[in-house]
Amino acid sequence: MKIIALLATLLLAGCIPPAEFEQKLTGQQLAFDRKKGNCLACHRIADGQSPGNIGPPLSNLQQRFNNKEDLASFIEDPTTVNPATSMPPFGRNNILTRQEIKSIANFLWTLPATQTIIP
Amino acid sequence: MTAPIASAPLDDLYTLQQHFFTQFPTLSRQDFSNGVYALDPDARQSWLAIEQFPPYEIAIDLGKQLFTHPFSNGQHYGDCFPDYQQGMSQHYPYWDLKTQTVITLSQAINRCRQQNQAPPLPPTSQSLINLTAYLTFLSRDKPITITVPPEPGARAAYQHGKKYYHQRRGQLNFSCASCHVQNAGKRLRTETLSPLLGQTSNWPTYRLKWGRVGTLHQRFIGCHQQIRAQAAAPQSEIFRNLEYYMSYISNGLPVNGPSIRK
Repeated sequence: MKIIALLATLLLAGCIPPAEFEQKLTGQQLAFDRKKGNCLACHRIADGQSPGNIGPPLSNLQQRFNNKEDLASFIEDPTTVNPATSMPPFGRNNILTRQEIKSIANFLWTLPATQTIIP
Repeated sequence: MTAPIASAPLDDLYTLQQHFFTQFPTLSRQDFSNGVYALDPDARQSWLAIEQFPPYEIAIDLGKQLFTHPFSNGQHYGDCFPDYQQGMSQHYPYWDLKTQTVITLSQAINRCRQQNQAPPLPPTSQSLINLTAYLTFLSRDKPITITVPPEPGARAAYQHGKKYYHQRRGQLNFSCASCHVQNAGKRLRTETLSPLLGQTSNWPTYRLKWGRVGTLHQRFIGCHQQIRAQAAAPQSEIFRNLEYYMSYISNGLPVNGPSIRK
C-alpha cells in the first residue's frame, strides 16, 4: 500500500511544476522560516518567537499599504520605494518565488491592526 | 549613515567615531573594543564567565613557544621585530611603501620566516594564528595606531577597503555597513549587531561557534556566507584593504585580543 501511495505521489508530483510542488508552506510558515522569508530576523510579528528589531513590527499593514498587491511589490524590491532600506529585495534577487511572496503578503495582510506584542 | 565615498581618511574617522559616540553615549572609547559585550548585558555576563578560564590562553602559550624558537639559521622572530615586547600589533595593518601593498600582522610574520629561509605558513594555519595571538596579547591595552600616509597607493588601498565595506552585495543585498553602521546595536533575531567601531581590536579571537581561535578574515568569510555573497580568500588584497579601513576607523581604541566571541 505504502509503495502504491508513494508511486501515486511521484506520478502526481511529475504533473506539477517543481516550484508549485514545493509550495506546501503556508504564508505564516514562509514568513517565519529562516531559509525562506525569515521576516522575524528583523520584524516583530504576532505569534513569532525571538524577533529582531531592525525593521518596524509587522502589524497594521492595511493602513500602511493601499492593497495586498502593493505590499507584495514592496517585498519584491523595497529599494524601489526606499533606496536606503536594508531590507533584501526578495523578488528581484530570487530569495523567494513570486508565489511565495504572494502567500506572505496574504498572511501579513490578515494580521490585526492592533496587537499586543511581547518584546 | 554612509560615509561619503571620496572623503579624506581623517574626516571618515571623525564622522564615524562621532556617529557611534552619539548613538551610544554611555559607552567609553575603550568599551567599543568589547563589541556586542559593551551593548548587551546578558551576552556580557556569559562572556565574563568564560573569561575566568580563557579558552584562548593555550594559543598565546603556543604562539610564544613558536616565537621564541630559533629558525634553522639560529635567528629568531625577535630579530625581525626588535620592539615586539612593547607591542606591535596595534600598528598593523600598515601601508608598505616598498611593496605598495597593505601588510597585515600575519604577512609580516611570514615575511620574517622567508627572510630566515623558513616556508611561509598558510593564512589560516593554527601556528600562524597562535603567533598572532601571542603578539596581539603583548599589545593589549595599546591604542590602535593605523596611519594612511598621503601617498596615492595608500589612499587607494584605504578607499578600496572603505568602498567594499559600504557596498551592497550578495543575494540578501547587504553591505557590511547595512548591519554594522546603519543598524549597529539593533537585534537580528536575538543577536545584537556590533558597531564598526571596535570590530578589529579583538582578533585573533576564540569563537564559540568555531571552538578555536581564528582570524578576522575567517570572520569576514562567515559574514559573506550569512548574506549569501561570494567571499575572497584570507589575506587576499581586498580583505587586507578591508582590514586596513576598519582598523583605521578604530584608531585610538585599545587592542584587547585575543578575546572571545560567540
